[in-house]
Amino acid sequence: MGRNCDLLSMHIPDGYLSPSTCAVLYGAAMPFWYVAFARIKRLLHTRLVPLVAVFSAFCFVIMMFNVPLPGGTTGHALGVGAATVALGPWASMLSLSIALLIQAVFFGDGGITTLGANCFNMAIVGSLVAHLAYRAVAGRSTLASPRRAMAAALAGYAAINASALLAACELGIQPLFFKDAGGSPLYAPYPLHIAIPAMMIGHLTFAGLAELVVSGGVVAYLQRSNSSLLHSSSRETDDAVVQSTHRAGWGRTGPLWVRLALLMVLTPLGILAAGTAWGEWSGRDFSSPEMRQTIASASSNVAPPLRPPEGLERLSSIWSAPFPQYAPPFVRRPAFGYVMSAMFGSGIILGAFRLIGWMLAGGNGATKASP
Amino acid sequence: MSGQSRSGQSRGVIERSLATFVDALQHTFHAEELAKKRGLLQRLDARVKIVAILPLIIIAALARQLTVICALFTFAVAIALLSRVPPSTLAKRVWLPVLAFTGLISLPAPFLTPGKAIYSLPLLGWTITAQGLRSAIYLIMRAETAATFSILVILCTPWTNVLKALRVLRFPTALVVIVGMTYRYIFLLLQTAHDMFQSRKSRMVGQLDGRELRRTATASAGVLMSKTLQLSEDVHLAMRSRGFRGEVYVLNEFQTGWFDWVMLPLFTGIAVLAFWFGR
Repeated sequence: MGRNCDLLSMHIPDGYLSPSTCAVLYGAAMPFWYVAFARIKRLLHTRLVPLVAVFSAFCFVIMMFNVPLPGGTTGHALGVGAATVALGPWASMLSLSIALLIQAVFFGDGGITTLGANCFNMAIVGSLVAHLAYRAVAGRSTLASPRRAMAAALAGYAAINASALLAACELGIQPLFFKDAGGSPLYAPYPLHIAIPAMMIGHLTFAGLAELVVSGGVVAYLQRSNSSLLHSSSRETDDAVVQSTHRAGWGRTGPLWVRLALLMVLTPLGILAAGTAWGEWSGRDFSSPEMRQTIASASSNVAPPLRPPEGLERLSSIWSAPFPQYAPPFVRRPAFGYVMSAMFGSGIILGAFRLIGWMLAGGNGATKASP
Repeated sequence: MSGQSRSGQSRGVIERSLATFVDALQHTFHAEELAKKRGLLQRLDARVKIVAILPLIIIAALARQLTVICALFTFAVAIALLSRVPPSTLAKRVWLPVLAFTGLISLPAPFLTPGKAIYSLPLLGWTITAQGLRSAIYLIMRAETAATFSILVILCTPWTNVLKALRVLRFPTALVVIVGMTYRYIFLLLQTAHDMFQSRKSRMVGQLDGRELRRTATASAGVLMSKTLQLSEDVHLAMRSRGFRGEVYVLNEFQTGWFDWVMLPLFTGIAVLAFWFGR
């Protein structure tokens, strides 16, 4: 903890997460570190050590830059968007992880037990989200295209918010699982419905904006002053932007599509879970004795009100989802409904990114493939 | 935004960045001075220190009894005093920042956590619950205790020894070398960034609006990135010219003495006791 904790609030300190959560997140980060290290070592050989070392130092220093934001305030960026664009996601996740390790060990920013969580949220998920968002928005535009700077800015913004959402979820599940004998939360005390908005408001605005400014600004500067640097660094780390867009066909994105399809097929696993998600009750649930019992047992034995809250009753009728309960009315098998919902949701997200890319391409007319 | 405030903002942004760089450098120099003193932790082998302190950090996170967490915190303060680390340094570097950050985060917990009401604020009518209050104290004490132990290791160990001791924790050799190099180049890049901002500040005679300031900040970041990638190339060539072929070796110069073998069981015993009573 210390110097920068007020500024880099996503660095989870020691004591906020239970040791079991920390262990799970160290475990989740390990395969990514292993794959990243193996890939980068294969591609860079002897360049691995100096490149990752010096770039980690850069990531550390860039987090200290004061970035002026619109409205007269200032913020600090993580640099995940700029790092991912320059080096690709694998080298970026390694460099950011080492920068976070040094911050935790030598400067006391972020915890040691929570280092796995911080690396998973910011370095790993941040780099992957930034990479996917950048590729989706930049498309096949040329290296000098303004669309690339815009794509980098959006990538930074998406990455920092995905990381913040993940951190909020990790903090928000603590009071559900870890309480002492008297019912006091042992770690982060706020449940998901408080943790998520509290974390996201700051990141959707100031922190996200700082990341957007730095990612977009750095790429725009490099385009103006030294675009070969963007090109060379991306060529050598293979995963980076230019080559990705050159090979944007099935060969590059194939494994990602396979993983997405696998996740869609696995979505019916949710049916196996008992009960309903906490807080996601409908107005009817408040009048069903069985559901009332379930709600009370999931809420520290606090009985729900006899009638559904007025606001909930009024607002719940405003919008009727096309696939209520992940099961379209015309589908009889719930498992099939889950798969269809997953396909529909993923399609909307992919379509939205395509649309953003298309709109940006239309705006600057720089959609031709780079030579 | 008025011209005056613009000017203030432009000075503020650059000066704040400069202050952050200087603060990081000062933190390190101060740590190096403390690491040279003759105290309890300074006399311990770096490997023994990490093996002794790391379980205490984990047990501070595991403990389910406030008394045990408070006892661990007291133990950390006692070690600090025996290691000649001034309480004022700990207060400035750890206790106050943690209290400010975690205290702010845990402030609403007594009001938001459901449980047995123990007090109602006059006028506002907000109710403080016993569970919420305990939860806030858990969070603050855990964070303070773990941060105190962590900073003690760093303040009382030269950083090169910390890196070598990481080998004890089975960190891959290449990773230890990378972390070591990163740590060294942080200071070079901090100095470079400091010089860039200082020269910009010395050339500024007019006022910059917000857009120009953003442009300056992001261009500085871009320049630093260019320099970083160029630097990595230079370092790589320098390493190659000295015979580097991708294999890294770490010299192990540690030697444990009788003091280490007395202190290690003592720390381990305290960790076991804290684990037992904190379940």
